[in-house]
Amino acid sequence: MSGKNKPTQQGRAEAGSRGPSIRSDCWVQISLTDSGGIDLTLQSKVESMYGQVTRELVANVLAELGVSNACIEIEDAGALPFIMAARIETAVRRLGANVGAGYLPEFGPGTQAATDRERFRRSRLYLPGNSPKFFINAGLHGPDGVILDLEDSVASTEKDAARLLVRNALRVVDFYGAERMVRINQGDRGLEDLDAIAPHNVHVVLIPKVETPHDVQQVDKRIENILAKAGIDRDIYLMPIVESALGAINAYDIAISSDKIVALTIGLEDYTADIGTARTDEGRESFWARSQVVNAARAAGVQAIDSVFSDVANMDALRASVLEAKSLGFEGKGCIHPRQIPVVHDALAPAADELEKAKRIVDAFEEAQAKGLGVVSIGSKMIDPPVVKRAQKVVELDRAMRESSQ
Amino acid sequence: MELVENAAGRLVPNEINGGSAHPYRGVGQFRPTGNKAAQPIRTCADYPADGDKVVADLTTALKNANLRDGMTISTHHHFRNGDKVANAIFDVAASLGVKDLRWFPSASFPCHAPVVDHLESGVVHHIEGSMNGPLGDYCSRGKMRGMGVLRSHGGRWQAVQDGEVHIDIAVIAAPTADPFGNANGLTGPSACGLLGFALVDSVYADHVIVVTDNLKPFPCIPWQIQGNNVDQVVVMDSVGDSEKIVSGTTRITKSPDRLLIAEYTARFVRDAGIMRDGFSFQAGAGGTSLAFAIFLRDMMIDAGVKARFIRAGSNQYLTKMLEEGLTDYILDGQTFDLDGVRSMRENPHHQDTSPFTSYNFHGKGCFASMLDVVILGATEVDLDFNANVVTHSDGRLLHGIGGWQNCLAGKCVILPIPSMRDRIPVIVDKVTTLCGPGELIDVIVTERGMAINPLRQDLIEALAGSGLPIKPIEEIKREVDRICGGKPTPPSLEEKVVAAIKWVDGTVIDAVRQVAN
Repeated sequence: MSGKNKPTQQGRAEAGSRGPSIRSDCWVQISLTDSGGIDLTLQSKVESMYGQVTRELVANVLAELGVSNACIEIEDAGALPFIMAARIETAVRRLGANVGAGYLPEFGPGTQAATDRERFRRSRLYLPGNSPKFFINAGLHGPDGVILDLEDSVASTEKDAARLLVRNALRVVDFYGAERMVRINQGDRGLEDLDAIAPHNVHVVLIPKVETPHDVQQVDKRIENILAKAGIDRDIYLMPIVESALGAINAYDIAISSDKIVALTIGLEDYTADIGTARTDEGRESFWARSQVVNAARAAGVQAIDSVFSDVANMDALRASVLEAKSLGFEGKGCIHPRQIPVVHDALAPAADELEKAKRIVDAFEEAQAKGLGVVSIGSKMIDPPVVKRAQKVVELDRAMRESSQ
Repeated sequence: MELVENAAGRLVPNEINGGSAHPYRGVGQFRPTGNKAAQPIRTCADYPADGDKVVADLTTALKNANLRDGMTISTHHHFRNGDKVANAIFDVAASLGVKDLRWFPSASFPCHAPVVDHLESGVVHHIEGSMNGPLGDYCSRGKMRGMGVLRSHGGRWQAVQDGEVHIDIAVIAAPTADPFGNANGLTGPSACGLLGFALVDSVYADHVIVVTDNLKPFPCIPWQIQGNNVDQVVVMDSVGDSEKIVSGTTRITKSPDRLLIAEYTARFVRDAGIMRDGFSFQAGAGGTSLAFAIFLRDMMIDAGVKARFIRAGSNQYLTKMLEEGLTDYILDGQTFDLDGVRSMRENPHHQDTSPFTSYNFHGKGCFASMLDVVILGATEVDLDFNANVVTHSDGRLLHGIGGWQNCLAGKCVILPIPSMRDRIPVIVDKVTTLCGPGELIDVIVTERGMAINPLRQDLIEALAGSGLPIKPIEEIKREVDRICGGKPTPPSLEEKVVAAIKWVDGTVIDAVRQVAN
């Protein structure tokens, strides 16, 4: 990964990645000149197929960024157009040039999908924000949500690059119905992330290391301002991540700190470090915090979502972990590999007897509704409204399960 | 030489390296008559009565075989990228001042890059055989003096027995042999399982030399190659690099996209009703094929279904299925890892085969057409399901045909392939090189969905309501073209034909053009 060149008005800047192992990305180096137009040196793996359109793209991007004289060198390992555009823009911005709003690719099919507060969030797939090769096929694996991550998976020298790449991905990549999430950075950097990504149909913003309601409210406020300024009338939902002892203590206050919050989740690596212990498979050290998050979320009427499971090779352990999380009251799990998704969905699916029972309750409820009865009963047994609600959810979950796997 | 349009609409040469060539006429249309090629008569009075045919070294053997300008020398790819024998032959030929040889390998690999020097110096005139890596690149750039000829494994057998290729000297590298020339691939430091690709050469070549690094006293049993067909035996220090022959590292793909493709493929086989008791399948050793076999295995266990036979490319996963009783037999064309070699050596239900039994167009039937389903790869497919396996989308020749064309005879042919490789769309308007006609290709499985050939209404009906992402091939193509930023520009190629692609019956199905420099 490059990025060692510091932005200087007169110097050179580079962006992107190169080398034998790089694919679906490119490396760009640019220096501004006084005259002579654009001098492009392009070395592309797909020269014979896309050489011409690539040259046109470079010209369009530079024109849009207001660059008319420059020496630009590109090593292309099959970068898709939105990726190359982000790399060029990063390099130009690193020169300190004023590029205005930047080069915004056209919105592609599937990028205008809406979301729903109550939708299932059983699986959320993390995608490192500066690794574009994982973006394009992420939605094909059927996660409930994809998280374009600007935080821990992105090196601190590449935050600017990831921001543009994620912005372009939001405008171009079809995630095939997955909820479109972005995890921003902490603090001021996170607020700047919002400037770049909020206007491009993000569904949910994940806020890391939340410790107080204020951490959520400043994000909420910033988003409100950005959307108002851009004239966008659409909510962006929030999912705070509790990752510290203080955050765990304040979990309920956090969960009710904004009406945009749809779910509360927990990050166990940071949490266990914060309380001075190590994360174990057994998870005794985080039992209290996880239960606290579940209870806070339930009390606030939002979803409780568990941490990620990081051993990508062990599907049996993942399954056990999801079943354990389900038993604590969690409704979703973080995934860092697409193959974890079907395992998570399968483990969260209602068991046969659970489903059977739920269907009977839902049928009884519908029958009671049809007859105009206020009380739902099966045989001589009365069914309370929360039990009906839970049964409806189980039936719905089963439907979602069958839709996503078959 | 003229270019004529064949039945597939491709312009192909009607003459190849001085001999006449038949343009492709359609599947099963070319039925030559007459007799097969015959071997010269030999008399055992001319061979050592004590059965000892060992000579001093390779140079002596090639001199005894009367190696001279313009001869055809054959070798085989049982050692894959670990072969040391082919290079040694041409080094000897160079030292003897011999020129203009035709090399007739069953396949070449990147380890054969030194042959480029022999092509440059004139020792080798041209290559007829699948060219992988550097040799394919050399041929693509129009540097080879003769025209390359690419044949399937079955097509190679057909070419020899029909007299289209006459082998002057066959050199068979053998992991184990005896002084009489009996040989097998089952034991020894270069163990590779079997020697099926050399069988035709041992029977039809004028002169046969067996080269081994593991000479055992007579009899070498089993004799996959019969000593009665062998003229001389040579002992070398090492005939192959075992790490590169059977690396023991055949690994399932880790790519989530390829795993998804493999899973879709297995579900297709299950849901189409192909996976039933007594069925058969063939899957290769590529990462996606391995993953397919593993998904299918789990589905077979769940359904309590057992196969009658698996045709392979054997490896540890298929061997395990045999040992678990999930198949009665493995009919093996080449072993890809040491588990496969062990199983073939020890398990009578793991049978070695040859292109004759499995693939030969002029046999009285062959196994390929009996397979219920075969899983193959491709570099490109087009909207008519025509497929390319030899050239990349930039026109460069980089792969061999192998058994691919022959396997198209299977009852259901599935190509699990990524819809794009980086920014290279795999579904194109017209394949750069036609290797297999679309009428024989039934299903394309990509991570963006799967397309069933409209000719297979039975499969379309069988899969209705399966929940699999079945869509028209045009729809997958449109999406990929959009993602990649438009349709790719077709490669700009020169007029010059650098290689001919044979169909399984010996006709010419397409020609490879020189890439622009």
